[in-house]
Amino acid sequence: MTTRRRSVTNLTMYALAYAVLVFLVTPILLIVPMSIGENRFLEFPPTGFTWAWYNEYLTDPGWIDPTILSFQIAILVALLSGVLGTASAYAVVRGGLPGLEIVRLMILSPIVVPNIVIAIGMFFLFAELRMLGNIWAFTLAHTVLALPYVFLTVGAALQKIDASLELAAMSLGATRWAAFRLVTLPLLTPAVVSGGLFAFIISFDESVVSYFISGTRDKTLPRRLFENLEYTITPTVAAVSTLLIALSIVVLSLVWLVRRADRIGGNR
Amino acid sequence: MLAVLAGVFVYPVIGMLERGVFTPEFSLQHYYAIFERDLYLRTFWRTFRLSAVVTAVTLVLGFPVALLMARSTGGVAAIIAACVIFPLWTSVLVRSFAWTVLLSRNGLVNDALMRSGLIEQPLRLLYTEFAVVLALAHVMLPFMILPLYAVLRDIPKDVIRAASAGGASDFAVLRTIIVPLSMPGIAAGCTMVFLVSLGFFVTPLLLGGSRSLMIATLITQEVTQNYNWGLAAALSTTLLVVVLIALALLGRFVRIGRGTKAMPK
Repeated sequence: MTTRRRSVTNLTMYALAYAVLVFLVTPILLIVPMSIGENRFLEFPPTGFTWAWYNEYLTDPGWIDPTILSFQIAILVALLSGVLGTASAYAVVRGGLPGLEIVRLMILSPIVVPNIVIAIGMFFLFAELRMLGNIWAFTLAHTVLALPYVFLTVGAALQKIDASLELAAMSLGATRWAAFRLVTLPLLTPAVVSGGLFAFIISFDESVVSYFISGTRDKTLPRRLFENLEYTITPTVAAVSTLLIALSIVVLSLVWLVRRADRIGGNR
Repeated sequence: MLAVLAGVFVYPVIGMLERGVFTPEFSLQHYYAIFERDLYLRTFWRTFRLSAVVTAVTLVLGFPVALLMARSTGGVAAIIAACVIFPLWTSVLVRSFAWTVLLSRNGLVNDALMRSGLIEQPLRLLYTEFAVVLALAHVMLPFMILPLYAVLRDIPKDVIRAASAGGASDFAVLRTIIVPLSMPGIAAGCTMVFLVSLGFFVTPLLLGGSRSLMIATLITQEVTQNYNWGLAAALSTTLLVVVLIALALLGRFVRIGRGTKAMPK
């Protein structure tokens, strides 16, 4: 738009837009200063400066054990949903089998089925199996929730890759698997990696299903955070929240770097 | 392996349907209970009402952002996209926590209002419907902005330029060209926000308290406090049916999975 007049309509729209952007980001960023204030009761603006709350987090097994468990689960979920998401995206995009539309809808349905409904169902299931708090229960549950996003990311990338490349490889004697592994997979890697990163952060931040399927001892970090939020809010909560925000930023930056390297590499 | 996952997803849902009618033995008592007790119907109604309000609020607030995003280029566009996508990928728990602090009795909002002389006593903001709507709108905004952005970006600039050259005011362009052309995005965004709000768990639980219960909180109470799993299953099933009906009515506007979680470019 070269000749945009400064009309009242446009000015109002843009002023509102910038205000909303501030509204989106500010509440999250306000947590950061609160995590280093000295007062035991959260206040704003914070007074003084201390690392005490981070120290409290790092030295309390009640916080660290859930953190380790969450990391383990998130890594397993990233690997599992990376493999399954890629396989199912390949099957749906390239396969000509009937019934694939149903598979697609099945994989995507956790996006629209309310998380609370999934959580209650899984709670009943894992309670019966006596698997509450079990790392594999968390892993399977989170994989169900993360799979749609890997599937969509990889599926979108796959649609942009010319299927005739594989056909060419196969006409030269490569098996279907070899053609996939040597031709398509290298082109897909950036999408698979970003999908895996999304799955990691979805699992690490997941709080609804974890709320129900955690055991009394074995719980994820969000579950532990939840307990504090419901009963006693301390500055340690602000410290943990700040770390979670930092983790999100790190993971998103990694995704961005992967994509950028992909573009510069000339794959797309 | 996919079959195992299908099992992990489908079996619990079916088990839940079953539990709603077979606990302790076959009867529809839990469903009768839902319709008999005022609390449940009232909570369903409140959930509907608040979700609708949140949808409207996010549409009004999200549209200008999507428009600005679609019209920006280069660095500005990247910063705006970051401002929208970063909250989306921040833990919902953290975002709700931020609002509990901001809205508390001596929180920043009350503080600012008192200092400006608008009020003399701190207002009770937390554990109100207002708090739920505000925080939920904050959480849902990216789900509205991204589908809107996807359609606004594709409106040909020539159309707008032609209209402007022909003498249409910016407001007329907005009303007669941009809004009508972005209807698919508006429908998709509204459907997504409304459906996700209906079953939302974290934010209503932390900001709503017992006076502004939404249905997910009620289900949780049946499980963790009343140990009434049958009723919890019946309530979940009802919620699921409601969402599926809403999806069937609104879903033709949306292809599931488009614009739900945009990836950073």
